Amino acid sequence: MGRVGVVTFPGSLDDGDAARAVRLAGGEPVRLWHGDADLKGVDAVVLPGGFSYGDYLRCGAIARFAPVMEPLVDAARGGLPVLGICNGFQVLCEAHLLPGALVRNDHRTFVCTDQRLRVENAATAWTHEYASGEEVVVPLKNGEGGYLADEATLDRLEGEGLVALRYVVPEGGRNPNGSARDIAGVANAAGNVVGLMPHPEHAVEAGYGPDPRTGTAGTDGLRFFSSVLRQLVS
Amino acid sequence: MGRVVVEVMPKPEILDPQGKAVAGALPRLGFGRFTGVRQGKRFELEVEGEVTPEVLEEAARAAEVLLSNPVIEDVVRVAPVEADAATTTLAGGTA
Repeated sequence: MGRVGVVTFPGSLDDGDAARAVRLAGGEPVRLWHGDADLKGVDAVVLPGGFSYGDYLRCGAIARFAPVMEPLVDAARGGLPVLGICNGFQVLCEAHLLPGALVRNDHRTFVCTDQRLRVENAATAWTHEYASGEEVVVPLKNGEGGYLADEATLDRLEGEGLVALRYVVPEGGRNPNGSARDIAGVANAAGNVVGLMPHPEHAVEAGYGPDPRTGTAGTDGLRFFSSVLRQLVS
Repeated sequence: MGRVVVEVMPKPEILDPQGKAVAGALPRLGFGRFTGVRQGKRFELEVEGEVTPEVLEEAARAAEVLLSNPVIEDVVRVAPVEADAATTTLAGGTA
């Protein structure tokens, strides 16, 4: 059984749900502490959502320098699967494991909604159980979820297929936070590091995820976790 | 004790929602002449002793590594706080 670490920073909120998602997908969650430079031999790591260090300075800017990040950055560069969700995505960008940055939503209000996404890259460690182009619905909840990078970086991401997920925007509508090119999540070139603002860990059990009126079973997020567990087995 | 001031601003091409919110509030309060607002951050770094060129150089590095995110922000100023006296006086309303 794959052992998936879930890091808790001061101010993490969704570490419990992330651990639960790992368990429901058939893995063994291992709690990792921000202050320990020790990955406990895990096979993959989730950086959960929340407001690490109160979002002081910039979202993820302080967490990036937590002791646990030292071995994590090295391991991620060496191929360890790492998923950053919401605040975890912000941490991965601040740590330069992923390009770009997350800024305050352009409409300046917190957004909390069941969000439809399109899986653009179904070849990453965390998305390979989805079909390319498949649409899923998972919760989205953030105040600073606008994904930005310079035009050259955005072109490179598009060209190399590193846009992992995109917001599905209704005709004439706008994406929920002002993200460049409707980007909801990105991957590194090796596909082991993925970051996204929406929350797959909140959509893993029927009745506890997105509203049935979205036309989904509310479990669309589960395959992020089963994807990585399947990869570890094979 | 010496002090270094570091100022960080959102890059010009990046939308600044906080500045926009302030810009929206000003005319409602009768401050009608301001056509735009951008909001940045000011840090004051304290050191023992004088602000030497080495101190400024280290402050500039700290500004690049931690105090700013070069993807979205520019470091617009790294200076000893003494040189900043005029600004402080203005802010105090006595100029």
